[in-house]
Amino acid sequence: MKAMISAFVIALVIAFAAPPVLNEFGWSSAERGSSASSVRLN
Amino acid sequence: MNFKAVTAALLLVASLFNTSWANEAAPVVDRTSTGGAQTLEDIMARQAQLNVDERFRSENIGDPSRAKPITEQLGTNGGTSDSEVYRAIRYNEIDPSLQQRGPAAAVLIQDAGMPWYKLREGPVITYGGGALLGIIGLLIIFYFVRGRIMIDGGPAGTTIERFKAIERFGHWLLAGSFIALGITGLLTLMGRKFLIPVMGPEAFATLAAGSKFIHNNIAWAFMIALAMTFVMWVAHNIPNKLDIKWLLAGGGIFTKSHPSAKKFNAGQKIIFWTVMLLGFSVSLSGLSLLFPFELPMFAKTFALINSVAGTDLPTVLLPHEEMQYANIWHSIVAFVMMLAIIAHIYIGSVGMEGAFDAMGNGQVDLEWARQHHDLWVAEVEAKQGIGQGKGGSS
Repeated sequence: MKAMISAFVIALVIAFAAPPVLNEFGWSSAERGSSASSVRLN
Repeated sequence: MNFKAVTAALLLVASLFNTSWANEAAPVVDRTSTGGAQTLEDIMARQAQLNVDERFRSENIGDPSRAKPITEQLGTNGGTSDSEVYRAIRYNEIDPSLQQRGPAAAVLIQDAGMPWYKLREGPVITYGGGALLGIIGLLIIFYFVRGRIMIDGGPAGTTIERFKAIERFGHWLLAGSFIALGITGLLTLMGRKFLIPVMGPEAFATLAAGSKFIHNNIAWAFMIALAMTFVMWVAHNIPNKLDIKWLLAGGGIFTKSHPSAKKFNAGQKIIFWTVMLLGFSVSLSGLSLLFPFELPMFAKTFALINSVAGTDLPTVLLPHEEMQYANIWHSIVAFVMMLAIIAHIYIGSVGMEGAFDAMGNGQVDLEWARQHHDLWVAEVEAKQGIGQGKGGSS
């Protein structure tokens, strides 16, 4: 069961590490359209 | 995967976008009274859900090269009227000058959005959701008809190592991320229809935002685990003649026999290749959705299929249409994977005594192993120098 629990934990670690890591390469889709210079409708 | 099956699936998806398949053709309209412009009959035909041939509008967008010379009356018009310009915008037949850059910025209007939306909210949810409920229902019936598959004669009491820790880690990384992706994907697909009426838009907005974060980012764990399990297990999943015998015997499920198998039987190989091929496909369409307009792949895929199969799939797609195809394909492939995985979860847990141990702690009962993977047990025992029938390792 240790392998199962550690795999689940690693999956969450990867999920939370992905945005900042991708952002380092300028790949983060999560940041698209949310920069200070982008046009906001509100 | 069978190439014809893939082609058929793509044709199905492509044809679903084309709403004309469901509509009757509208009667031919005489437009001389309007100078070729739209008539009341055209509007009435659309309201009656008839398929109106739009070429009278889409091809009536003027031609600057045929403009009258400036010396003639009204010769400064440039050859296109405002109506013609607006029709050109409507049917994406213009080449606008833009300040904003981007692959989709030059498309001012695209009308494939509604067929995509109707397909997503209609058949995809209906048939996809129905199939999930159907497979769960079938498994419940199967459980009550067949019962749990038990170890004949009971467990041996000694165990044999079925999967190493790294194999179990890879399996659970894949399984955990897939389940998270499946649940959050279903919330995203079906939330508007089923959850907003129950929990309200505000609460659903929070849930949807969380689902989106998990879905977009745990996808990387899925792709890593997919590559990991492929490398670890592909050698054991190459089909061979033994698989035909196993399949002809139905895996022994109905006859209560135990056809011979190595490390993976034919049923497990089907699951393996289903997960690998569909997992690769769903990852590609997922990447296309994750990085909007950056990874268009359907026009190129359709062109390849056309050249091989002689089909007539569209090879010029707007950036938005690429995304719409990616979205629908992503959903369909994910549903097929979910169906296979639900069956896999059943047989690996409540459906068979002793099966979960293989991925639980890696140690399976020796008698279970001999009944379901006799040739693999013989190989392991031969390597360890243990004779058949003298007990196992633990």
